[in-house]
Amino acid sequence: MSRASDVRLDLAGTVTGLRRMAPLCLFVVIFGLAFGVAALSHGLSGLEAVLMSALVFAGASQFAALELWGAEIPLLPLIAITFAINARHLLMGAAIQPWLSHLPAGQRYASVVLMSDSNWAMAAADYHSGKTNVGMLVGGGIALWAAWVAGTLLGVVFGSGITQPERFGLDVIMGCFLLAMLVGGRRDLTILLPWTAAALAALAAMTWLPPHSHVIVGALAGGLAGLLLPGPREPAS
Amino acid sequence: MTLPASLAGTLLAIVIMALVTYLTRSGGVFVMSRVPIGPRVERFINAMAGSVLVAVITPMAVHGDWGARLALVATLGMMLATRKALVAIAAGILAAALWRLW
Repeated sequence: MSRASDVRLDLAGTVTGLRRMAPLCLFVVIFGLAFGVAALSHGLSGLEAVLMSALVFAGASQFAALELWGAEIPLLPLIAITFAINARHLLMGAAIQPWLSHLPAGQRYASVVLMSDSNWAMAAADYHSGKTNVGMLVGGGIALWAAWVAGTLLGVVFGSGITQPERFGLDVIMGCFLLAMLVGGRRDLTILLPWTAAALAALAAMTWLPPHSHVIVGALAGGLAGLLLPGPREPAS
Repeated sequence: MTLPASLAGTLLAIVIMALVTYLTRSGGVFVMSRVPIGPRVERFINAMAGSVLVAVITPMAVHGDWGARLALVATLGMMLATRKALVAIAAGILAAALWRLW
């Protein structure tokens, strides 16, 4: 474990983090490109799509939010979806809090501004191997952010030339992306119980409840079903 | 409560999304420095994170055309087979495109 007095955030560590994340950025550019194309086909302007990538910087929730875009944007479902999809950040932040707690509060809350799955994973590995430089989290985040925004910009530029996205199957990018993210993170089959609950609740809500409520209803149903699962790691702590 | 999809309305929606997202990024650090997140809360959040994606995708499969369904099946299959998101998404788009072009 890291020695408290040594934990720090500096420029050299940040540059190292940037460099270590660079290979992954190529893929992030392609995902960003897909988001740019999907955003245009859901009625966002190019500027709005790029701004969303720059300010929100959370792929899955951005794709999911597109589903709500229309002549009007329903506010509560938007907030609920964004929160629910990104709620995993709460756990990620909690997991590295003992590491970040040695930084001054300003640096601590600034260093999580660009926290996302991959730079967090590498930073958490650094933490557990006893490294004392938080630069991986920040530098990796900057690299991912730049790639995501650049990718979105490319998607907006090239996507605007495509007049019939559904003809090329581009309208399904969002669904495919979300499904890939969903399947990619999981190994044990017990998660199928909350997922089934979520699917059934979402379909039921779509039939009987107001429009756009199905995502919230499904997410809550899945979360509650998750409480029924036995704790995988802690037997009776 | 809805926002109009004008430039101002859209920008406001984006800023709200950004604030909510930062709240999730900083919230874990903030809460953990006061109270630890217990195993029950962790289970709820873990199950909810995937469930929200399920709740978005399922209606696409149920109410979508066969192109969309095939795309999702192809993505799922390739994802399980290769574990590579890009390969899986490319397979999905290709499946939908082939179905609709012929």
